[in-house]
Amino acid sequence: MKIDLLTSLYVFMLAGFIGFEVIRRITPLLHTPLMSLTNALDAIAVVGAIVLAGEHKSTLSTVLGTLAIVAATSNVVGGFLITDRMIRMFKGSAPKKP
Amino acid sequence: MIAAPGTGTFIEIIYLIATALFILSLKWMSSPATARHGVWAGELGMALAIGGTLFQQGIVDYKWVAIALVLGSIIGVPLGMVQMTAVPQRTALSHAFGALCVTLVGTAEFYLRAPAVPRFMMAVLSLEIILGSLTFTGSLMAAGKLQEVLPQRPITYKGQNVVNLSILAAAVGVAIYLVMHPEQTRLFPVIIAVPLLFGVLMIVPIGGADMPTVISLLNSYAGLSAAAMGFVLDSKLLIIAGALDGASGFILSVNMSNAMNRSFSNVLFGAFGQEQAAGGAAQAARPVKSATAEEAAAILAAANKVVIVPGYGLAVAQAQHKVRELYDALVKRGVDVKFGIHPVAGRMPGHMNVLMAEADIPYDKLLDMDEINGDFPQADVALVIGANDVTNPAARSETGSPIYGMPILDVDKARTVMVIKRGMSPGFAGIDNPLYYLDKTLMLFGDAKAFVGAIVRELAGSQH
Repeated sequence: MKIDLLTSLYVFMLAGFIGFEVIRRITPLLHTPLMSLTNALDAIAVVGAIVLAGEHKSTLSTVLGTLAIVAATSNVVGGFLITDRMIRMFKGSAPKKP
Repeated sequence: MIAAPGTGTFIEIIYLIATALFILSLKWMSSPATARHGVWAGELGMALAIGGTLFQQGIVDYKWVAIALVLGSIIGVPLGMVQMTAVPQRTALSHAFGALCVTLVGTAEFYLRAPAVPRFMMAVLSLEIILGSLTFTGSLMAAGKLQEVLPQRPITYKGQNVVNLSILAAAVGVAIYLVMHPEQTRLFPVIIAVPLLFGVLMIVPIGGADMPTVISLLNSYAGLSAAAMGFVLDSKLLIIAGALDGASGFILSVNMSNAMNRSFSNVLFGAFGQEQAAGGAAQAARPVKSATAEEAAAILAAANKVVIVPGYGLAVAQAQHKVRELYDALVKRGVDVKFGIHPVAGRMPGHMNVLMAEADIPYDKLLDMDEINGDFPQADVALVIGANDVTNPAARSETGSPIYGMPILDVDKARTVMVIKRGMSPGFAGIDNPLYYLDKTLMLFGDAKAFVGAIVRELAGSQH
């Protein structure tokens, strides 16, 4: 348990650093799609909800898990959809690669 | 986790691949040329993770899972198809849904483990629940304000920060007590209910112009609550996704607060709407020069270089397609047209860029504040459409101004400044804009969409 916790903290810290380095480079042009994309990725929480609802350990956990799947899935579907719609709108002025 | 050794390893490898895809997804967002690959990588990672999870051992009942997945998709599609002008409220709503999911799962996990919850587990659970709950109601409030279901004006009163922070402190206090005494399960609802209240109160003093910062901050909170959920479920994938989202929201919040010259602690403690109360004293009517669409068109047609500065007023008037027509008409005449976009123009980071891109304006003409400011001294015309405070030269010179120090677009350095505005009412911050009284400034009074349309007609009429 203790070792797992420490590993998790390492993972969190490294992911935070990667996040900073990767996201710092993103052009302000795409900050809106960036936010909808990270929102969709964040909805990976749906896997936790699926396990919770699917394991059927108690009525409460099944009900809450089911609601949580609905909330997260709407973010997955809506988030990717709108991100893609927005990105398709960004076109350069000439058909050359920038 | 709970799976048999073979299956467990398989699932973990799927999650590992999904994690790599998520990081690549963000990396590819760095440029519009590769951004679609980013979306695809994200979608593939998500599909793998969900697919893998569905086959994980331990799932005994697929019925509710299937119903929920279908229902979520049905809700998600219209949320993905909203108009571009509605993207800020859609984003706020999706922060709320993300936070709701995290809070619900956290609640269920608590009652499954209670009363024997290990201390560390209780600590991260509390963090998950508190951040999730306050992000849920906070985001709903933000979405309501952006949709104008709720009043947009900030509501402030004396001692607001003290009240809000005491409420949050109370929640944290109860959480700490629960960590010491996890068996006191009847206290658990308190750390849901109190942050729910705090989320509402946190957004009450927020006005429209602060929304870019607030949405970014809520984004960060949503990410951090998901990462906390990852600790609870011992899911590295979730920890990483949450940390990436948290980092992204954090960077954007810092960007936004810098662009408004607010200290980050000011942002963290939600003391947004406070400073504005100062300005706003009624100014004696000073003379301004106004012009008609015909005159404006003549000046624009004679220009070599024009910089257009879009603001929230443009979004409200839905003028982006008319602006595109203006852009086309000017480019056809050989005018060099660029767009200068302030980081906090609009209601969320990058809002104006999306609206301009929607109107098919090439993205290489959309320039960030730092890129465009060098261009203004050479510009013949700076055309400001629905932006106010971000062009206010008082931010550079008047030390007494509430927006002193805020980085602005140097439109006053252009040879002629034209401002499309509905009337002389001050901007959100309630501060008078000296730009409007300059000799070189022409005020174009009217609705942004109608006025730009009129200029376009004039340009077309004088073509031959």
